[in-house]
Amino acid sequence: MTEHSSERIAIAGCGIEVLKGGDGPALVFLHGAGGAHNWMPYMDRLSEHYSVTIPSHPGWGRSDTPDWLDGMGDLAYFYLDFLNTLEADKVHLVGNSLGGWLALEICVRSTAKIETLTLVSAAGIHVDGVPKGDIFLWDDDERVYNTYFDHKLAKARLAKQPSEEDADIALKNHFSTAKMAWHPRFYNPELQKWLHRIDIPSLILWGDSDKVFPPAYGEAMQKLIPGSELKIIPQCGHLPQQEKLDEFISGVTAHTNGAAS
Amino acid sequence: MKFYFFHLMPYQAIDPDYLETNKSSWINLPNSYYDPKEGAKLYHRYLDELEMAETLGFDGVCVNEHHQTAYGMMPSPNVLAGALSRRLKKASIGVIGRALPIVENPLVIAEEFAMIDNLMEGRFIAGFVRGIGCEYHASMTNPGFSHERFREAHDLIVRAWSEPGPFEFYGKHYHFQYVNIWPRPYQSPRPPIWIPSQGSTETVEFAAHPDRKYTYIITFSPVASVRKNLKAYRDQCEVYGYECPPGQLGWAMPAYVAETDEIAQKEAAPHIESLFNKFIASPTQYKLPPGYSSLSSYKAVVEGKYKVRQSYLDCDTLIDNGMFLCGSAETVVAKLEEYQKEMGFGNIAPMLQFGTLPQELTEKNLQLFSEGVIPKLKHLGVGSEAIAAE
Repeated sequence: MTEHSSERIAIAGCGIEVLKGGDGPALVFLHGAGGAHNWMPYMDRLSEHYSVTIPSHPGWGRSDTPDWLDGMGDLAYFYLDFLNTLEADKVHLVGNSLGGWLALEICVRSTAKIETLTLVSAAGIHVDGVPKGDIFLWDDDERVYNTYFDHKLAKARLAKQPSEEDADIALKNHFSTAKMAWHPRFYNPELQKWLHRIDIPSLILWGDSDKVFPPAYGEAMQKLIPGSELKIIPQCGHLPQQEKLDEFISGVTAHTNGAAS
Repeated sequence: MKFYFFHLMPYQAIDPDYLETNKSSWINLPNSYYDPKEGAKLYHRYLDELEMAETLGFDGVCVNEHHQTAYGMMPSPNVLAGALSRRLKKASIGVIGRALPIVENPLVIAEEFAMIDNLMEGRFIAGFVRGIGCEYHASMTNPGFSHERFREAHDLIVRAWSEPGPFEFYGKHYHFQYVNIWPRPYQSPRPPIWIPSQGSTETVEFAAHPDRKYTYIITFSPVASVRKNLKAYRDQCEVYGYECPPGQLGWAMPAYVAETDEIAQKEAAPHIESLFNKFIASPTQYKLPPGYSSLSSYKAVVEGKYKVRQSYLDCDTLIDNGMFLCGSAETVVAKLEEYQKEMGFGNIAPMLQFGTLPQELTEKNLQLFSEGVIPKLKHLGVGSEAIAAE
């Protein structure tokens, strides 16, 4: 496992935890609804190529839940400030699911600090006639089974008894997800009007069997973001960085290297 | 003591096997199960039962609000209160209550309640609730803002009733340049307010506050929680420096009276069991959307109450834990007398129709309750007038 560290920083009166590891070009990973307070294999693999920064959003993990946290716009402005605190002039930004939506909200406001964008099964838009999954009406087991293509992975995850801290954090994350995404459900109706403002190289990665946001969401997003590329990953659910780690890493590195050449 | 017949209006014409292929009676139970011809008959039957309560001597009748469910056919209780308002001559109507946070414009509630209060010439009780968790799935109202929206909508409605308009109201969730409702309520400065609750500290502190003194009604709870919560309310009144009058406390529970305890249990059992095991049934995530309650109370509820409720509740258990009052008139009177002396409530809102209980047994229940229970307990709970607003 690559060496990594945990730091706490405060912005706008809100303390957050930031995981860091690796060397190389700066990459910021914005996690999804499930959070990212534990160092995971995908972080390890990313840190072989990048200097990786993985903040826990306000309201998630061991970060504070500030009074001002009412919606995704609040998180977007928070992260514009956060990006200004980083040493690197520009970063590669990767966002998964709710974190992908957050990346979109940040990028339509400003891409000044962002070199490339990678969206992984991102929330944020609505596609007529393509029903999404409902993580709030699924029970705990259904939520896990519907996250992965491979049921063995779901079974393995359900078999693992979480620590008390992890269980508390999972509940906290779920509450914050609801506050951000309950209504409109996982999207901002205003956002798709402004996605054309994204003027940096953008890659969209999507599992072909994503039951939370079906691949049609990736196709629609690709049409809305100028010059963006869509890669569908076969036999993969909602979390390619867990289920298809090699494809995730090669997708991200090819994208950021391509942008550098 | 005052007696209010509380109707939940279940859609009892439903295919009895519906839960074999559905998880819940709420939110996404397909509405193809609803047959409008049967529904229309039920509406008229239930309204007849409510009107019958007045002739039998009940002080009032109560209706409430639920959405997208077979549990109750009253997404808009005000429509039924409107229908009843032209028939009832003495009894009052309580809408207990409307779910304030789930509407985008709370002034609609202020207006409609004021209309009913006018039609009833002041015999109207306004109930305010946050709405159960399922309503947040049905309305898509963000449960994370439920408490904030309840308080803010409450402030707006009460001010709209009691302060001369027009005035401005700018909150976090609701924003109005001109608050100026027509009609104003008949009662001055406003109708009495009831807060139905299953007992949270926050609600107790809110309802008992000397500026409000709202009638606190415990619903659907084992007698041990009724005891605990009503005591918490009385204690809170003392903290605020006044003694809680009986009229400020109430209890709403399903009840069934028959000739003997045995007959009562035999007649009521399948129907009360249908209420608790079918019509109420829904998985935890339906009832408790994230943010509806605080993290700590969510954990407490999930670990405690819902674990218990997942097992089948039979009639005996429901009677034993006091969630269901059932027996001969003598039995029910003895229990209520004891509870009243101990807990000091001045209002009872019995649900005398529940689950699949048919018309014939509902009417019998109403009759026997009114003959055998009301006269024996009327004298208890002195000072039982709902607290008039100051």
